[in-house]
Amino acid sequence: MDTVQYLDDHGKPLRDIPLSNEELLQGYRALRRARHFDERALVLQRQGRLGVYPPFRGQEAAQVGVALCLKADHDWLLPSYRESAAALTFGMPISKLILSWRADPAGWGAPPDVNMVQFYIPIATQIPQAAGVAHAQRLLGKDAVAAVFIGDGGTSEGDFHEGLNFASVFNAPLLVVVQNNGWAISVPTQKQMKVPRIAQKAQGYGIPGVTVDGNDLVAVWSVAREAVARARKGEGPTLIEALTYRVAPHTSSDDPSRYRTEEETERWLKRDPILRMKNCLLHLGLWSEAQEAELMEALEGEFLAAVEEADQAREPKPWEIVEQVYQEMQPDQLAAWSYLRREA
Amino acid sequence: MIAERETRVLNNVQAINEALDLALAQDPRVVVFGEDVGRMGGVFRASDGLQQKYGEQRVFDTPLAESGIVGFGIGLAMAGLRPVAEIQFAGFLYPALDQILSHLGRMRHRTRGRFTVPMVIRAPYGGGVKTPEQHADSPEAVLCHVPGVKVVIPASPERAKGLLLSAIEDPDPVFFLEAIKLYRGVKGEVPEGYYTLPLGKARVVREGQAASLFCYGGMVEVCQKAAEVAAREGVELEVVDLETLVPLDTETIFASVQKTGRAVVVYEAMRTGGFGAEIAARIAEEALDYLQAPIVRVAGWDAPYPPFSAVENYYRPDAKRLLEAVRKVLTH
Repeated sequence: MDTVQYLDDHGKPLRDIPLSNEELLQGYRALRRARHFDERALVLQRQGRLGVYPPFRGQEAAQVGVALCLKADHDWLLPSYRESAAALTFGMPISKLILSWRADPAGWGAPPDVNMVQFYIPIATQIPQAAGVAHAQRLLGKDAVAAVFIGDGGTSEGDFHEGLNFASVFNAPLLVVVQNNGWAISVPTQKQMKVPRIAQKAQGYGIPGVTVDGNDLVAVWSVAREAVARARKGEGPTLIEALTYRVAPHTSSDDPSRYRTEEETERWLKRDPILRMKNCLLHLGLWSEAQEAELMEALEGEFLAAVEEADQAREPKPWEIVEQVYQEMQPDQLAAWSYLRREA
Repeated sequence: MIAERETRVLNNVQAINEALDLALAQDPRVVVFGEDVGRMGGVFRASDGLQQKYGEQRVFDTPLAESGIVGFGIGLAMAGLRPVAEIQFAGFLYPALDQILSHLGRMRHRTRGRFTVPMVIRAPYGGGVKTPEQHADSPEAVLCHVPGVKVVIPASPERAKGLLLSAIEDPDPVFFLEAIKLYRGVKGEVPEGYYTLPLGKARVVREGQAASLFCYGGMVEVCQKAAEVAAREGVELEVVDLETLVPLDTETIFASVQKTGRAVVVYEAMRTGGFGAEIAARIAEEALDYLQAPIVRVAGWDAPYPPFSAVENYYRPDAKRLLEAVRKVLTH
């Protein structure tokens, strides 16, 4: 199976680019914004101002390229925990994301105009749900689509199979994006499966499967755009395999030196999705270092303002533990709530 | 008033079918689905005729995958529909436990109410009808141990219809377990038309002074039978049908214990860790002073439910075992 690619490893276009100059600039800004978030989030984590954080460094293009095809108040995003870049690009406010990674309830619910379900922790369970969300759009007469992200390890789960099969049988408008980042914590992809390409698994469901260079934003964006267009037209789901690499640890608590070599990581750093996109823009004469500096300053300003906003969120109260269990508090929750109000 | 309505004699499956029919007619968001639910109308015919009436978009068959069914339903519900899923047998729910434990009851909590799952999962459960392995399981305790879900188990056609309509209207996920033994085993007068019965309320189905029998689902008729036998010997037993296990109506339970001073808890699931243990614990915690004898449980044995065989009847609690327990609490 061929891998869809538009940029070479240095960012030079290999063929005609199916995006406008304006889109290329929008895409680069979104990539930079994601990288900036990730870097600053790790700093906050080291300062003890975030909880355990799963970084996505190296995977920005694979997430941003898909999210750029979606409309937050119309389409749906069901991400797993490593998809802060997708969430951010989709429309989740940075302050909400910070609160979310602080495990603060104030960050758990997306704003009313952002159809993102809180990051999923169990692996692949959101795929059957995303198939249901997607099918519901058709039943409700909308042309909205759902996008769901997992990693290579997630394809081993039963819900990967059940979710893809349901999506296929019901012709649901769904994008299943697998970020094949080489590692499921410490287990390499070749110990996870025998097929060389995850996209091949789509054949088992009678749906299109595409492998794309996940570090090439132009490629991811154009593949996702086509899949979204198909889904909106009622032509069903697509499985997208984005080949990428998690250059960062699994989480802020992980030590990758226990399972992989630095050489491997170094090789992938040379294919960095942000550098490639920046070089593409420079090559096309669309970008300058002055613009870069301006962008970085704006991103830092945006991030600092978001941190300030997050810092102002009021502390969660102990009795909120038993709120939102049911729409109306039942006797057992009410008893616990009264106790916590009184004693906590 | 429901009491003033015309009634018809229906069995439990017919009452459930009627409730599904009325829900589909009343609320365009309701969809009914599961294995063999559409064209065939379900293995027990609970959705008989509904696909023909409401079309394949509203009543449909799914692939044979329980985690898929529950996960798909969670998605439908989050997107604004009112899914009513059928799991063919409660003993087939186990592949869906990840969806149930990790997501079904947590979605409201983990999104602070941004997304909710107003979904009903119906499943036939329980023994007494000579089914193959796994078909007679009673996994209600597992479901009651999941935060954020409600668990309802009706014991008569009139109750089944009104409770199912309440469950479908409910803003939170509801498990609706239907005793297979009662599907065609009981008939009763069922009010015509749409009506709901409140979730979270137990009901005293037989009044008595000597001892209280706490039961639900398929065990209610067994308790009533035992109470009739005891009455012939002059012992008046009170039978309390819990109907909703979560949220549990402890008020009715404690009032009955206060009245009789003796409690027998009856369930057909395996005894250890069963929901009856929760009832016993609640009574011990809150109503100990009323008790004149230790609480006794009558339940399935700590063994897998035996598939159809000559010994099946020895697994499920019956009137004989119930009366032994009653004797024990009365002679303490």
